[in-house]
Amino acid sequence: MATYRELLAQTRSEIDEISTLEARERLEALDGSLFVDVREPDEWDEGHIPGAIYTGRGRLEQRIEGLVPDKSRPLVVYCSAGSRSAFAVKVLEELGYLNVVNLASGFSDWKRSGYDITIPRTLSPDQRARYSRHLLIPEVGEEGQQRLLDARVLLVGAGGLGSPASLYLAAAGVGTLGIVDADVVDESNLQRQIVHSTDRLGEPKVASAKRTLEGLNPDVKVVPFQERLTSENVDRILGEGWDVIVDGADNFPTRYLVNDASVWSGIPVVHGSIFRFEGQVTVFKPHDGPCYRCLFPQPPPPELAPSCAEGGVLGVLPGIIGSIQANEALKLILDRGDSLSGRLLLFDALGTTLDEVSVRRNPDCPVCGEHPTITEYIDYVEFCNAPVSL
Amino acid sequence: MAAVRIPPTLRAEVGGARELEVTGSTVAEVIDDLVTRFPALATQLLHDGELAPFVNVYVGGEDVRMRDGLDTEVGAGDHLILLPAMAGGC
Repeated sequence: MATYRELLAQTRSEIDEISTLEARERLEALDGSLFVDVREPDEWDEGHIPGAIYTGRGRLEQRIEGLVPDKSRPLVVYCSAGSRSAFAVKVLEELGYLNVVNLASGFSDWKRSGYDITIPRTLSPDQRARYSRHLLIPEVGEEGQQRLLDARVLLVGAGGLGSPASLYLAAAGVGTLGIVDADVVDESNLQRQIVHSTDRLGEPKVASAKRTLEGLNPDVKVVPFQERLTSENVDRILGEGWDVIVDGADNFPTRYLVNDASVWSGIPVVHGSIFRFEGQVTVFKPHDGPCYRCLFPQPPPPELAPSCAEGGVLGVLPGIIGSIQANEALKLILDRGDSLSGRLLLFDALGTTLDEVSVRRNPDCPVCGEHPTITEYIDYVEFCNAPVSL
Repeated sequence: MAAVRIPPTLRAEVGGARELEVTGSTVAEVIDDLVTRFPALATQLLHDGELAPFVNVYVGGEDVRMRDGLDTEVGAGDHLILLPAMAGGC
């Protein structure tokens, strides 16, 4: 019966090994060699060879064929000092891998030599618990959750649509939420604006939302903009850098302002609007899909466009539409699924029906078309009250 | 007969109906039928004899401006959607 030392020596004599320098040359040559890390998870988390894949030694046999289906691909297997990986090389050869070598002196020597390492970003134990249901979904997983934590979403409006959208984005761990709203919490808001509450009456909505959202999830930082979005401040606010805008504004001037600014700054907009029992929701992806002006080149005259304040809205409706907006924003961040770009959903809460219409890019669109005629912000207050001409 | 979905902002003009049966083999004829029955719709839908620029009309989910405009054909059983812009997020 062989001792461990004898078995290790025997194994190392039967496999091919390369030095740390040779490994580095392979990495730099980009010759298709794949580095396979077979250490323990905590060792991997402390740093690994750039571009390496991870599969713990314990599950190597089970997982490797899924990770590396091509058995002729050159593999460089490593652990910390070359012993565990020696046995791994042997097993890989038995599994039919044709071109496998052991990094003889392991990752310790690589690191000691001062070569580049990658330190993976990891979720804390608290985050693993909080986001466990996301981590279980292949489309999100740890990488997707990191993306969400790194993401920055700007919500225009902390009202009916902004409330559910911001709550779900905060719960999902979207790391930075900007919120633009000049208003204070009013009693008439509380029938639907669930990010606020009775003890916040009179408080600025951005401050109220910040308290609720940061209380819901300490991973979230809320950046408040207690101001109305205007042609004067839109560049400053959008210039802070956002991955997605969730538009829940309550008036046409802001809708067109958000649209024009987003087209010029290349930020996708998740658009929602509500009135009484009816909601509309879509996604505008600048220069990839249609924009708001492709859909509605100009607003209706004010007398034909009553607001919720004038016409009312069923309290749950913004909950439904705002949640769809959050869903679209998450998918845009994760780069998963099919977005609503090019499609407008119409939800009728009375009949509980969902209709879908196509929205196409308009080559003559005054903002995103081939020959734009609008190239600077319009004075939207005038625009709204005066006879419309674009 | 085709069916037209009436948006909430126009329901007051049609007695509250969410959907109406209409006659006509083109969008122009359908709108004519609507306006004849509900004259208050005229200013909401038409502008100098053309579709008002703030209203979209969809036949089978497609914007008629991307097809033949008011001349777009409407078949029996088609579903039309009238869609004025709505701004509310409140």
